[in-house]
Amino acid sequence: MKIVERVKALLGRDAVLEDTGAPDGLPRVAPASPDAVALLLGTAREEGWRVRVEGAGTWMPADAAADLALTTRRLDRVPSIQPQDLAATAEAGIGCDQLRQQLADRGAWLALDPPGLAGRTLGSVVATATAGPLRHGFGAVRDHLVGVTFVTGDGRLVQSGGRVMKNVAGYDLTKLQAGGFGAFGVIVLVHLRLRALPRVDQTLVLEGSREDLSRVADDITAAGLTLAALELFSPALARRDRWVLAVRLAGSAALVGAEEAGLRSATGGQFSALRADEAHAFWMRAAEAFATRPVTFRVGGLPDSSDDLLDLIQHQVGDEWVSASPGAGTLRWTGETTVDRLRRLRRTLAAQEVPLTVERAAWPLRRAVGHFGAYREGVGPLVAGLRHTFDPGNAIAVAVESEDRAG
Amino acid sequence: MIDHALVEALTQIVGERHVRTAGAERATYAKDGLTVHRRLPAVVVLPGSRDEVIAVVRLLAVHGVPFVPRGAGTGLSGGALADQDAVLLVLTRLNRILKVDPRNRVATVEPGVVNVKLSVAAAPHGLLYAPDPSSQSACTIGGNVAENAGGPHCLKYGVTATHVLALEVVLADGQVIQLGSPGGEAWGPDLVGLFVGSEGNFGVATRITVRLLPVPRAVRTLLADFPALRTAGEAVSAVIASGIVPAALEMMDHSCIQAVEDSVYAAGYPRDAAAVLLVELDGRVDDSVAADAASVEAILKDHGARSVRTAVDARERERLWQGRKKAFGAMGRLSRDLVVQDAVVPRSSLPDVLEAIGRIGERYGLTVSNVFHAGDGNLHPNISFDGRIPGLRARVDAASGEMMAACIVAGGTITGEHGIGLDKLRYMPLIFDGDSLTAMRGVRRVFDPAERVNPGKVVPVHACREWAGVRNAEFQARNAEVGTRSASRGDGVSSSALRVPSSAVGS
Ligand SMILES: Cc1cc2nc3c(=O)[nH]c(=O)nc-3n(C[C@H](O)[C@H](O)[C@H](O)COP(=O)(O)OP(=O)(O)OC[C@H]3O[C@@H](n4cnc5c(N)ncnc54)[C@H](O)[C@@H]3O)c2cc1C
Repeated sequence: MKIVERVKALLGRDAVLEDTGAPDGLPRVAPASPDAVALLLGTAREEGWRVRVEGAGTWMPADAAADLALTTRRLDRVPSIQPQDLAATAEAGIGCDQLRQQLADRGAWLALDPPGLAGRTLGSVVATATAGPLRHGFGAVRDHLVGVTFVTGDGRLVQSGGRVMKNVAGYDLTKLQAGGFGAFGVIVLVHLRLRALPRVDQTLVLEGSREDLSRVADDITAAGLTLAALELFSPALARRDRWVLAVRLAGSAALVGAEEAGLRSATGGQFSALRADEAHAFWMRAAEAFATRPVTFRVGGLPDSSDDLLDLIQHQVGDEWVSASPGAGTLRWTGETTVDRLRRLRRTLAAQEVPLTVERAAWPLRRAVGHFGAYREGVGPLVAGLRHTFDPGNAIAVAVESEDRAG
Repeated sequence: MIDHALVEALTQIVGERHVRTAGAERATYAKDGLTVHRRLPAVVVLPGSRDEVIAVVRLLAVHGVPFVPRGAGTGLSGGALADQDAVLLVLTRLNRILKVDPRNRVATVEPGVVNVKLSVAAAPHGLLYAPDPSSQSACTIGGNVAENAGGPHCLKYGVTATHVLALEVVLADGQVIQLGSPGGEAWGPDLVGLFVGSEGNFGVATRITVRLLPVPRAVRTLLADFPALRTAGEAVSAVIASGIVPAALEMMDHSCIQAVEDSVYAAGYPRDAAAVLLVELDGRVDDSVAADAASVEAILKDHGARSVRTAVDARERERLWQGRKKAFGAMGRLSRDLVVQDAVVPRSSLPDVLEAIGRIGERYGLTVSNVFHAGDGNLHPNISFDGRIPGLRARVDAASGEMMAACIVAGGTITGEHGIGLDKLRYMPLIFDGDSLTAMRGVRRVFDPAERVNPGKVVPVHACREWAGVRNAEFQARNAEVGTRSASRGDGVSSSALRVPSSAVGS
């Protein structure tokens, strides 16, 4: 029996999307429940099918070589929002914009502003651990998760964590899934830690040369201000003539007022405030830009190396589309580049103990350099072992490590 | 087997003084902070350096001997206990702070560094290490990493996992690996995050790089007193829902208040209160902290607080905290034995769950005191008893089990910070199904194929089951019954009560 017929028999006729077939002609399957995902992957294991996992298809190109595509887009329910507990449970295929709206309706907020288009799925944000500028104030993606349920490559439904705010029962497999790029299973359900919608949300920007703004950023960091975000944008990303240092303040009126005053006194009062609609557009456009160029990667160093990292990146791959979070030491780049350049950059950075993670790229580049590249000594066998534990038949098509293990 | 030759070889590595074989010496290490469990290790070894740890672990690998890493032994789940066939590897001599980097706000320490000493070392730079377990003057950072320890101020700043950036780990076979990077970005999957909270099952952490935070310049500490446990619980929920994130939000009940006030740590808590809440707000600017404190005070009063007292100076604040931090010790004086429990529930269910716990205690005729991290919903119902009274221990056990069940039914979990260790093994199948436990065991075996490091902890091996055959049959049978589209959307997340525990599913 052909794959399509088999899947229809297994999950029902409407599980196979007819009209929106993948560009490469792969059958695209949209399971409607975690159980259905488990059944599909269990069958894939038995049949030896290779499966490409997709969300809404707005972030990672849908081009990994496989026998069928599994999209999470029908796993788009939000079974629980508990504003009084600041907790929610959402299926992995929900669009971030939809989730944000549903949370806001209940006065709650997920303090994550991932790069990419508004409709990006929650599962893709978790799997790639792509936090945005709010990471400065509210932490990495993993810090917003209290549990996930995922399906292994051989169709087992596994739960880790729970839905309460603290949990040390068993090993923390949630951490493995956050940023695992799907190598350890398909995330189907995500339990989230929320915040109350901030009463005041203020964005201030300053334009200038990169050098000047880096100095200002240092002053701000030294002042120990409580900021939601502190992000340096290249002119192209900010859509301005010069580099832009953007500060976001979020919280109670008292907190935002005090921190804005602190910001002005630490920097000589040069920042200008954006109106709410301008601020929304500013952050959204920058986030979207990361999904429109062919390659996006992130690097993470120590805060005091932020400037040097920018220099290095400018030198090796150009700094047209780049943003840096000087307080956190992280940096995100997007643009066009080659396998060789990426490998060279990754090697140079590795010598400085700075990892480079390829967040998105076309399959040939992903396969050649891997999301993670080569690991440090002794870590490769562990990752391979974990891969084998969660996907014994190698059913999930994902390029976590570099093809030649050199880059 | 641990024979004389192996002891001799251990002695060669660490020196005679640091290998303990006499019964009395080993007995010192037979318990941790939860004294109901007792295991006598075959040998106790105290390496003095990372290289000695590596040499010991390699030697034990060659001989196939199991071993248990141990920090200060303050754990509350029987995690750091070793059986007769195992070596106890005590890491307290690895107690150097290797680096404090104020510019990047990071520090690197050896695992035996006592938690509070790191904050003391960071203080001259205006920095601190945020996770502050109540045992912080004794417990080690290595033990904190292994347990993913929490503390009162983790409500705002996050538990240990939030603060660990990089680790050096000695695996069971003696291989040394580096996980994470100084900036916190992972090299590949987040193995640092996976290691934190693995209770010594994945290897020995020999170097730990953590994030430091600026010491807050403005602090307000409030003590609110409530005539009923329920209203105190409701007040917690209201504070959380308000969007203000206190640095700490702790609760002590009537019985705990009496114990503290009867001890040398008497903090001036009102003895007639059914419960008190200790709430701390902190930040950079006094005005905004004061404004938040005023809002919190109003919420507490709206929810039935009889009075709200604000600490006037650092001394009073210190005293209020001293009572809280020493509460376990004070309760330990109530009777010969103390079982410290640990569970987490959704914060809005605190009032109901506290009442349920009270009823369970009454039914079993036991003294239950509560002192806990209320802001996180992290309960610590503690049972004081005299284990010499026939039948009492069994009653305590049964009551503990019912309390755990009540927390699970409320959508909670069986431990928020003390870990599974030996003590909670039996509850694991209540919250995880066979597939989830099998997956955990699989991960453990990637790090330690022979399951030699801290054997018999965390995952109840007997409960790991393979469901593969069952699942397909079950799934198809269910859909045949429904008779319509396979795997169509239901009302819930999954209709499989068999495999998805209640805590995985939103209500
Ligand atoms: C009075 C009192 C109050 C407490 N309050 C809190 C609290 O507020 N919050 C909280 O979270 N806990 C609390 N605890 C529990 C306990 O202090 C913590 O679990 C602490 O993290 C244990 O540290 P330790 O050094 O004593 O570790 P140990 O008890 O010696 O060991 C605990 C576990 O860690 C493993 N381990 C130790 N070192 C290493 C290492 N280097 N590498 C790998 N594995 C290792 C051991 O094998 C064991 O499984 C309290 C305990 C007491 C007695």
